[in-house]
Amino acid sequence: MPQRRGSPFTGVSVVFRKEIADHIGGMRMRVLEWLVLLTGIGAIYTAIQDLRTTTAEDPFLFLRLFTHARSPLPSFVSVLVFLVPLVAIGLGFDSVNGEFNRRTLSRILAQPIYRDALLFGKFLACLATLAIALATLWLLVIGLGLVTLGVPPNSEEILRAGAFLIVAITYGGLWLAVAIACSVFFRSAATSALTALGLWLLVSIVWPLLVEFVVTAIYPPDPAMLLFGGGPSLGSLELQQRLSRLSPSTLFGESVLGLLHPSTRALGPIFMSQLEGAVPGAPLGLGQSLLLIWPQVTGLLGAMVMLFVTAYVAFQRQEVRA
Amino acid sequence: MNSILLSVCGLKKRYGPINAVAGIDLELRRGEILGLLGPNGAGKTTAILMMLGLTEPSDGTIDIDGFDPRRDPLEVKRRVGYLPDSVGFYDNLTARQNLRYTARLGGLPRPKIEAKIDRSLRRVGLDPVADRRVGTFSRGMRQRLGIAEILMRGVKLAILDEPTSGLDPQATFELLEIIRDLKLDGTAVLLSSHLLDRVQAVCDRVALFHEGRIVLEGTVPELAQNVLGAGYVFEVEVVGAGVRRLIAHLEGVREVTEDDGILRVLADRDLRAELAQAVVRSNGSLFRLSSAEPSLDAIYRHHFEPSHAAA
Repeated sequence: MPQRRGSPFTGVSVVFRKEIADHIGGMRMRVLEWLVLLTGIGAIYTAIQDLRTTTAEDPFLFLRLFTHARSPLPSFVSVLVFLVPLVAIGLGFDSVNGEFNRRTLSRILAQPIYRDALLFGKFLACLATLAIALATLWLLVIGLGLVTLGVPPNSEEILRAGAFLIVAITYGGLWLAVAIACSVFFRSAATSALTALGLWLLVSIVWPLLVEFVVTAIYPPDPAMLLFGGGPSLGSLELQQRLSRLSPSTLFGESVLGLLHPSTRALGPIFMSQLEGAVPGAPLGLGQSLLLIWPQVTGLLGAMVMLFVTAYVAFQRQEVRA
Repeated sequence: MNSILLSVCGLKKRYGPINAVAGIDLELRRGEILGLLGPNGAGKTTAILMMLGLTEPSDGTIDIDGFDPRRDPLEVKRRVGYLPDSVGFYDNLTARQNLRYTARLGGLPRPKIEAKIDRSLRRVGLDPVADRRVGTFSRGMRQRLGIAEILMRGVKLAILDEPTSGLDPQATFELLEIIRDLKLDGTAVLLSSHLLDRVQAVCDRVALFHEGRIVLEGTVPELAQNVLGAGYVFEVEVVGAGVRRLIAHLEGVREVTEDDGILRVLADRDLRAELAQAVVRSNGSLFRLSSAEPSLDAIYRHHFEPSHAAA
């Protein structure tokens, strides 16, 4: 196999610009944006109603904007856990097979670019669109908080909220990689969308239930422990955590917990002995919180890269013709 | 400058046990129109995709203007324009926007792009609809837009895959005119089609594909001479008994077929005078006598179904 000459990145910026123009001007993006905006603002609004009464008590008031929930509405963060994958899948599910079905793929690949450029350009354009949408929403939330609460956020709150935005974009990138991989594997756009959505439902709804089931099967609850009021065994706890962390929504949830609740000290089981000398409820510094969620964020990034590479390899080997 | 633009040697492509292309050799000179003809599934499109570097050949070498598509696909694609079978465009963009996108992908210098787009759209007659969405275009207009893209890029070789399939006769005629126009630019054209008769008129040379191989190659009269054993065809419209038998016995006549009162005579040499005499001698009434191009269809059928020729 001879070495190919020429840069694989020739044309990436052209593809990127065309795709991002398509997304931003497109009807689909407008629908998704309104969906996110309405649900997000709804969640924030109820949070603000509650927070106004407690402005003086909480040192991290602004972060509460993102996490506070008042039934029946979920918190802003839990809305995002559901909606970010939806938007990402909506953006990416027909990126490659759409070109194929419009019969533009062979014509575009006959231009002097490598296939790499098409896939990179599309992925980056989707990611940029997602980032723009999320950043807009994030700014809206902060602005709404400023107006309604009347208290400016301190620098640490802004840094933490910024880190939260980056983690949310990474989470979106992961689902984008899923959607683009589906669009490479399936020639029909409907199959690709259904598969991506099915996967999303599987890991965010079915997987947690399955995990519980598996854990009780492997570590049946010990009646003696229950009798003495003890919790589940350490082994079962660890297994449960390990399994549930296979789901990106768990990883995202834990990262958000670490970032937006500065008092979070550990994401796993913790022993009484480890809490000795700790001041309960005292917040961690930003650096410590970042250290805490580092593995989760790395896991999200790793999964994204892995999925993208899978899609990439499959796309390189695909036949262009019908 | 080397006069050979494209040379293909021993090109093969296997899909599992199937030999889609079973070893073809081909040469194309600069500014020449070569027709790749043959039925669907004969390996034409696969061969084309390998020349563009879009499909990996199993064996063989390709050289386009000194570049190997396996090693320098970008250089090859800069020199080659491709119009795929039933070409697609972005329906939500206008003709001009579609061309602008490929112009930028091709790395044409920015300031020249708009002028080139205008010029190429005018040449294929799409300038009145330049700012209409491609979604509203007919099939023939899309094909012409595909050719406008090739004109705009100013390539050395245009590969057109089934450009006339699905077009009505008028659109086909217009498209073939535009293809002739490409040649005037000095662009070599590789034209694939399964409609033998439609494209034989524009081709300088043809290569007939059959089951992944090129079985015949040359100009149409050459092929007729080789396959039919005779290079001249005349059509005689005549009324009169026994005329057919008389003509069939003329010296140099290879074959006479009758279709709806018109005799089709295949001969080694120009027999128009003798044919007219023969009709007069048999007291028949001659309504028309004309010479025709030997049809590729006949050549193809003759080559693959020898029994057909006996009829």
